[in-house]
Amino acid sequence: MATETVSPGTIVEDIPRKPTLLGTIGSFCRGNPLGAFGGFIVVTMCVMAIFAPLLTSYDPTANDFGAMLAAPDWEHWLGTDQFGRDLLSRIIYGARTALLVGFVSSFIGCFLGLILGVTSAYFGGRFDLLFQRVMDVFMAFPLIILALAVVAIFGTGVTNVIIAITIPVIPRAARIVRASALAIREMPYVDAARANGFSNSRIIFRHMMPNVMAPFLIILTAQVGQAILIEASLSYLGLGVQEPVPAWGLMLRGGAQEYAESAPWVAIFPGLAITLAVFGFNLFGDSLRDWLDPKMKT
Amino acid sequence: MKWKTSVLAIPLAAAFAVAGLGAPQAQEPKRGGVLKFVVPDEPPSFDGHRETTFALIHPIAPFYSVLIRPDPQDPDNPAKFQCDICTEMPTATDGGKTFTFKIRQGLKFHDGTPLTSADVLATFQRIIFPKEGISSARQAQLSMVESVTAPDADTIVFKLKHPSGAFIPALAAPFHFIYSKAKLDADPRWYEQNVMGSGPFVFDVREAGARITGKRYDNYHHKGQPYLDGFEAIFAKTQTLRVQAIRGDQAAAEFRGLPPKSRDDLVAALGKDITVQESDWNCLLITSPNHERKPFDDARVRRALTLAVDRWGGAEALSKIAIVKTVGGIVFPNHPLAATKDELQKMAGYWPDIKKSRAEARRLLKEAGQENLKFTLANRAVDQPYTIVGTWLIDQWKQIGVEVTQKAEATGPFYAQLRSGNFDVALDFNCQSVVNPLSDTSKFLGTKAGDQYGRYTNPKIEAIHDKMNQTADVAEQRKLMREFERIVLDEEAHNSISLWWYRIIPHRSYMKGWKVSSSHYINNQLDVVWIDK
Repeated sequence: MATETVSPGTIVEDIPRKPTLLGTIGSFCRGNPLGAFGGFIVVTMCVMAIFAPLLTSYDPTANDFGAMLAAPDWEHWLGTDQFGRDLLSRIIYGARTALLVGFVSSFIGCFLGLILGVTSAYFGGRFDLLFQRVMDVFMAFPLIILALAVVAIFGTGVTNVIIAITIPVIPRAARIVRASALAIREMPYVDAARANGFSNSRIIFRHMMPNVMAPFLIILTAQVGQAILIEASLSYLGLGVQEPVPAWGLMLRGGAQEYAESAPWVAIFPGLAITLAVFGFNLFGDSLRDWLDPKMKT
Repeated sequence: MKWKTSVLAIPLAAAFAVAGLGAPQAQEPKRGGVLKFVVPDEPPSFDGHRETTFALIHPIAPFYSVLIRPDPQDPDNPAKFQCDICTEMPTATDGGKTFTFKIRQGLKFHDGTPLTSADVLATFQRIIFPKEGISSARQAQLSMVESVTAPDADTIVFKLKHPSGAFIPALAAPFHFIYSKAKLDADPRWYEQNVMGSGPFVFDVREAGARITGKRYDNYHHKGQPYLDGFEAIFAKTQTLRVQAIRGDQAAAEFRGLPPKSRDDLVAALGKDITVQESDWNCLLITSPNHERKPFDDARVRRALTLAVDRWGGAEALSKIAIVKTVGGIVFPNHPLAATKDELQKMAGYWPDIKKSRAEARRLLKEAGQENLKFTLANRAVDQPYTIVGTWLIDQWKQIGVEVTQKAEATGPFYAQLRSGNFDVALDFNCQSVVNPLSDTSKFLGTKAGDQYGRYTNPKIEAIHDKMNQTADVAEQRKLMREFERIVLDEEAHNSISLWWYRIIPHRSYMKGWKVSSSHYINNQLDVVWIDK
């Protein structure tokens, strides 16, 4: 039998190299310019949230009655609210609240949805049937209504808002993940794992869950935007985080009704922040789906 | 706005004076028309004796008569009460312990049955000495009454345990609707679900969640009144909706009070078509530390919290964004029993030098081992003025290193929390009707008051309050009031007061005859109101 030897130093052209992180990001950006723009907004928000104290010299909760409802100028780039608080500082610090609530509730909700969705698909049969009907009950309520009900039970505050948003996210994530997991369940390697006597939990956690990561990541990014929107809605209704915590929905609540005509900046800038954040996460999530979905690639 | 008014007023007044015209004559009231007004909430029941809210008074008071009331044209005059169904204000006899009222003859309820002293007796027996199962919200305010009797069909006699300057103002509370004895005998709780009085208007329609309407009562005992054909109380929960209703002339007024910004917007939009009436408001927000919870059982910590608040500095700014304005103690500002500015400035929390005050606050916290104090402020989820004042207080406490988070909840859960004692510090309120400091200050008596959630008892202040209520000497009352106030707000700092509320009523200029008062509970019978369109 003839053999081919490769001498050291010879470049083998047809073996694909493992892409670097930068290369992957570059490829994503080139293929999805809109998604890249969404990603840029998301990254900017994260930077704002992490480096907030370095980006502004104003305390976002400090009252300054000498500067009440000041219009945007060099001192206060986005103006001030009725307590004389710098709006730019409150928007920058508000990114912390938005991301904290958005990421934590989406991550917990999607992760629980991942476990439940894969488990339901793996066991199938009556368990799957019953479990999906329970999910149907939860999904029958619009997201915001379910969140309102949860806040009404648990009360207001950041922790309770996170719980309120997490609960409605679970069935949505579970339903999407289950659809992918049903296909994975029929794969030969899952049968092989069963034949080898692996435990159910090992098969679910080691063999099925890693293979539904693509839909999981997509639902995760999509839900962050939704969670930010729900947090803003709850705060606007007075059921979310409470004054003086800087939060975009709360800022709208304070300004939109009374000062929309005489000091429109009080309502415009927090509204823009919410719009941009949700827009950014949605663009990024959609592009990520396109990029990760092999069918879309072909 | 004020500047413009004053600038215009000077040449106008000069012109009138030169021409010898004097002030314009008061207009003759015109009859007819239906007055529409907006009400922020619906009444929990229709029983005035039981309820304490404007949501009942605004739509329901026009259906009822009362025994006496503040003068509708001079509602804040503490010496000017007038008869509604009595014939003249009585002079106290028996050393100030007996008051005999003569009832008008020929009075009739809206169902045509006669109204006699027996109905008045049944009404006040129910208010002062309620039977088991009957809730009377103002029983404590009339606790000086020993007995009520009706010796004949047109006489009612109140006998007091001791002379009390608080009696007549307490009697004039607008919630003391005169009920029919026959109805009460048949069902003591009939008035919770039904309306039938002898006031200027007859109950017409109630559409739950939408409106209550009334029609003129032609046999009303004040001859020639009411001037209106009827009224329509429209329920509108959101402030934006209420302001827009006035702006779009869907309603002529809102009688609770709107914030300064809404006033300015309405004036800017409607010009001469809107008239603004303003008054200090017999309402205040009280910071109540939970004395049963550490570290608020320590007077040093409570004093530090009040010392941190810059009331003099905050009053002007807050009055631009909230319905609060006046710095005051426990007595309605400018009342003869109220503390003067000099007297206030001697108490913790009112010192003129805020830096010195906050330095003392920090020292007290350090002494109490609470330099890094953190707590939650329980508040009502109502913007005006609760959450606005709460947010301001949190900023004030931050100045002395105290970190506070706000927990604002709907009224029901908020009071459930206060009653259960599951809170650190709460922002409670004390809103009264007729200005009556001897009675209004009972809120500060601690647990004995019934509606004080600070969970404290202090026999010393109880004794002072009793003594104050049993003397007719105003100078002595004033002296005792200062001592009471000093202990409550300074020495023990059981409570602290933020700012007194300020009532702003912008109404359509065609609504005439209505005068603003220091309470959103009084002057709502509408019998003297008329429309000039």
